Amino acid sequence: MGGLSLNYFLYLLQGMGWTVALTLLAFALGGLAGFLVMLARISPVPAVSRATAAYVQVIQGIPVLVILFIVYFGLGILEIDVPPLVAAGLSLTAYTSAFLGEIWRGAVEAVPRTQMEAAECLALTRWQALRDVILPQAVRIATPPTVGFLVQVLKSTSLASVVGFVELTRAAQVINNSTFQPFLIFGTAGLMYFVLCYPLSLWSRTLERRLNVGRR
Amino acid sequence: MRYHLEFADLWPYWPQFLAGAVTTIEFTFVATVLGLVLGIVGAIARRSGTAWVRVAAGGYVELVRNTPFLIQIFFLYFGLASAGLRLPVFAAAVLAMVINVGAYTTEIVRAGIEAVHPSQIEAAEALGLSTFQIYRDIILRPALERVYPSLTSQFTLMMLQSSITSQISAEELTGAANVIQSITFRSMEAYLVVGLLYLLLTLLLKSGFWALGQVLFPRRRRLGTAL
Amino acid sequence: MSAVVRLRDVHKSYGAVEVLKGVSFEVASGEVVAVIGRSGSGKSTALRCINRLERIQSGMIEVCGRRVDDAALDLRALRQEVGIVFQSYNLFPHLTIEQNITLAPRRVKRMAQREARELAAEMLAKVGLSEKIDAYPEQLSGGQQQRVAIARSLAMSPRVMLFDEVTSALDPHLTGEVLRVMEALAKGGMTMIVVTHEMGFARRAANRVIFMHMGRVWETGPSSILSNPQTPELKDFMANEL
Repeated sequence: MGGLSLNYFLYLLQGMGWTVALTLLAFALGGLAGFLVMLARISPVPAVSRATAAYVQVIQGIPVLVILFIVYFGLGILEIDVPPLVAAGLSLTAYTSAFLGEIWRGAVEAVPRTQMEAAECLALTRWQALRDVILPQAVRIATPPTVGFLVQVLKSTSLASVVGFVELTRAAQVINNSTFQPFLIFGTAGLMYFVLCYPLSLWSRTLERRLNVGRR
Repeated sequence: MRYHLEFADLWPYWPQFLAGAVTTIEFTFVATVLGLVLGIVGAIARRSGTAWVRVAAGGYVELVRNTPFLIQIFFLYFGLASAGLRLPVFAAAVLAMVINVGAYTTEIVRAGIEAVHPSQIEAAEALGLSTFQIYRDIILRPALERVYPSLTSQFTLMMLQSSITSQISAEELTGAANVIQSITFRSMEAYLVVGLLYLLLTLLLKSGFWALGQVLFPRRRRLGTAL
Repeated sequence: MSAVVRLRDVHKSYGAVEVLKGVSFEVASGEVVAVIGRSGSGKSTALRCINRLERIQSGMIEVCGRRVDDAALDLRALRQEVGIVFQSYNLFPHLTIEQNITLAPRRVKRMAQREARELAAEMLAKVGLSEKIDAYPEQLSGGQQQRVAIARSLAMSPRVMLFDEVTSALDPHLTGEVLRVMEALAKGGMTMIVVTHEMGFARRAANRVIFMHMGRVWETGPSSILSNPQTPELKDFMANEL
């Protein structure tokens, strides 16, 4: 079995760059949408919070791959000529928003109720109390699982290969189709993912340990 | 031009959808059972007194958890084929799922085991129980009861993840949709239908795990408190 | 009367800290011995060495003719003869009271389920908790849990029972019910070694008192030494207890 030629390696590296780009895109947009999901989930208006809960249930009950197909073919139906990046970005955004929304809601609800009561007794509005009292405390709780979820998003971007977006997994497939050295090619691609994900996993764990120590 | 969703074209293919759903359930069942076994073995290995066993188990967990499932499947299926071992798709898909979910289960079960207070083990030792009995009755049982919610949501995620096995042409639910849309050209409709079926499967699985928990953990059923 | 438990010149260290500096005593069959002393005096450690929850560095411990310090000891056989009750009860939270009591008889002695259930009922009657047989530990008060822990040990019909500060974690109003169970056991002829802060129990139920101080048996004798200490250390200890 021959080694991996430099050209192929560079091609994989390029794919890795697109993987990072897609991850950042999905995480940024998904984070924004997730923040709205979180706000809607803790809304005092039951209709809003229930509708959002349903949205979360639906997204979390369907495989990302199927969401991707629905978005991809859905946009196609509207006769918009969609680049695969847009389809992948949109579906990963939806996926990210549901999970981050839930993670962040959990963090907000982990802040003791008495904090909200204390803030309200100081005549802060609900929004002020949220912004100045609750969220700063929730951020500390939310950071470790959020970083942990970033790893999930990064891994999920591999699905974009299915609609032909040339990120790391697609790049590996392309090379494997001409060289047929699957252990070498997919092994290398796997290691590249590992190099991206493992530091994030470690960071998430460190943050969580620090948080637990701080709480004790 | 306005497009009209047309589900009627899909109706003749309901046996294929059903077959796909059944395959998804089969994948999930086998991978849950074997994944749990692997997770328990992995958790015990991660606490082993032998350093290389601990390191090997830790390496397995980190490698699997920090690489995409799709890459794992390709590596296994195409890799083994290139080495001359042509696994049937069903076997390759389930094997990949077991390896994948086993890593997550290892960490979940380990957390459960670590929550068992050392004084519990001491009390069991003082009663004369053997190491195996202590592991089974005093460590694993309460550990599994404690982490049951995390375990079941992990297995639910795995059921959804099984859709990725369609990429090696496994004919589970997503694979069925791939085939049907290529015949009918009703892509959007086909994926909407399987999306709905996955939602139903998710609900089914969650209720199934809930009911199983009621049977397996009478303490939780009666008291409703966490261990 | 033959000695059930025998310690001779037992030394035990945790790293550089020597907690037992040559402890020797014997306990005869049917005897009730109260071990008292300040925290850190080594009394709990000595107790835990007797059923080898702790290993010793040198010296000899013999229980029912078995050498506990022998590396080749059949540990599970030893533990069937020695029961221990802990300060923190250590009931198994995922098992009912009945299952807590029957676990060891069924697993270790291979007792049939029905027989084990009858045994559990009998042991619970002894500690006055018959109606709790199907409850879970968290549904019981601390005192009740500790009585179940005693029943759990008794179910293995041990030849000697060790008690490691069993009332220290309890609210004062709950200690009485546990002490009464222990006194009844003592009257019934059980060999008992009781590490305790309850001087009242030591006076009423103990045949003999061992006062430990700085890792040694400092003073020993009938419970009357509590009223009439011979060493200044015991005098000092008793003064602080009052």
